[in-house]
Amino acid sequence: MSTLLQVTGVSLRFGGLLAVSDVSFSIGHGEILGLIGPNGAGKTTLFNIVNGVYKVDKGTILFEGKDITNRPPNDVVHLGLSRTHQIVKPLNGMTVLENVTVGACFGRDYLSLQPARQAAMEVLERVGLADRAETSARSLTIAGKKRLEVARALAARPKLLLLDEVLAGLNPTEIEQMIQIIRGIRQSGISVFMIEHVMQAIMNLSDRIVVLSFGQKLAEGLPEEVSHDPQVIEAYLGDPDIADKLLEDA
Amino acid sequence: MSPQPPTDAAAPSRESVPSASRSAPLTSRRGGLLLHPVFWLTLVFAGLMIAVPLHGNNVALREDLILVAVAVILASNLNLMIGYTGYVNFGHIVFYGLGGYIGLYLATVRHWNLILAALTAGVSVSLLALVFGVGILRLRGAYFALATIGVLVAVNSFVANFDPFGRSEGMYVSFDAYAPLGGPMRALWITYFLVVAVMALSMILSLAIKKSKFGLGLFAIREDENAAVVLGINARVFKAIIYSVSAFLPAVAGTLMFYKNGMIDPSIAFEYMLSLEGIVMLMLGGQGTVIGAALGGGLYERLRSYLLTSPRLSNFHLVIAGGMLLLVVLFAPGGLIGWLYRLIPRARKVIE
Repeated sequence: MSTLLQVTGVSLRFGGLLAVSDVSFSIGHGEILGLIGPNGAGKTTLFNIVNGVYKVDKGTILFEGKDITNRPPNDVVHLGLSRTHQIVKPLNGMTVLENVTVGACFGRDYLSLQPARQAAMEVLERVGLADRAETSARSLTIAGKKRLEVARALAARPKLLLLDEVLAGLNPTEIEQMIQIIRGIRQSGISVFMIEHVMQAIMNLSDRIVVLSFGQKLAEGLPEEVSHDPQVIEAYLGDPDIADKLLEDA
Repeated sequence: MSPQPPTDAAAPSRESVPSASRSAPLTSRRGGLLLHPVFWLTLVFAGLMIAVPLHGNNVALREDLILVAVAVILASNLNLMIGYTGYVNFGHIVFYGLGGYIGLYLATVRHWNLILAALTAGVSVSLLALVFGVGILRLRGAYFALATIGVLVAVNSFVANFDPFGRSEGMYVSFDAYAPLGGPMRALWITYFLVVAVMALSMILSLAIKKSKFGLGLFAIREDENAAVVLGINARVFKAIIYSVSAFLPAVAGTLMFYKNGMIDPSIAFEYMLSLEGIVMLMLGGQGTVIGAALGGGLYERLRSYLLTSPRLSNFHLVIAGGMLLLVVLFAPGGLIGWLYRLIPRARKVIE
């Protein structure tokens, strides 16, 4: 598997707090990499670093071999790296279709308006929001808004998609549907980097998992390796038998 | 006590649309600008504004309507910033005043052709706005709004101390400056036609931007600038461009109006109150919509003229403007057009 994203030694300091400290990892083509860790570990900060919302103090980020360190988010999208937000950011005054059209218009292909609407409609079918296309984004349920986040990011036709807790706040049925959507995304050849607290889901979806704690990389490996790691259990999982439980339920 | 007002001006009240109409926008928005009802409405409106006073040479009506046209121009272009992009510009009048100065200087001191002078004024003010815009559009929200007041005050002070523009005395248009247009009587009619044309262009420009990819990007910035950037929109460039675009037609109109009036000085060119009243116009009609901006501009101007000329209510118009702004913001945040949308949800598809 060739490398799509290569993050090397990134650090970011907020005043006195070292939010992310010397973190390195890589994502291959077609891979799903999970990112877990306790609250405040710096997971979302790491996302913000990768897509250029925050500028790093140290370290480099290569995307398809190109240096994208400290490039602004709007540039990074054009190269094929898009993301969703943990706290959903729907464009409330616009319809669902318009929201996704924005993603298609200013994404990797920089589509013009009419083809962008077509592409947006196709993405809405994919995530199961097509029948809500003409409703206002404001009126969606939280599950709908999470899907809208995914749809908007997908409409940019990314090569790598960063998913920030798209399962949080969903009920079991909605989680199951979202998992299917994520599997579909990977099948279409898009790599995924995802933050998730729903352990069962991330353990089963991810090819590999990175564990972050207090801004540092605590562990990295296959889901079963990570979940048996005593350090990870102590810092985050809490239950030594959790790995077996999680993988059994799948 | 009072009902909780919706926080967003464009808040729609009816959300659900039957799935039968799902693919409607994909087809209905084809066909381009020329088939859009608002385009034709604009042409009819402009046509009436020309035909009615021309019929019977009604000069008094023409003088009333030229103020309406200027109000529509100011409100429409201000709408590009406030309504489309979500950036409140308190100093929008600076474009109009500075355009008036530059154009008048070229037309009277340098004896340029009026239209060429007006266009040059428009381009110069736009370029200047681009330079200012790149600087102040780093700011957001209240800080941006404050900076726009700063721009207004700074340009005003500069002009009031600038020799070629006559300092605080201003400039007068000599009588023979009207000669190229066939004397003052004809010149007044010609400038009126030109101002109405600029008004129509303002509305068509607003419509064209609203229906474009660029406009979609602006609306995304208005709704959530951070999200827009993450979706791939270069917000800084977009904002600087629209700030510059919103300067062009007001500057052209400024040249025409002050040429028509025969004089300009800093206090009438940079009328701070008019800058604020532009915001009232926009809120009244419905920010973010082409027709709303025009309607608000026109209606407010008529009301203002009535109040200013009525002996008992003169100087009272700002009290009424303030009261109106308060009422609109509290009870009809979408303005007249927002209210229409709520009444007839289908109007959304036709009235932009």
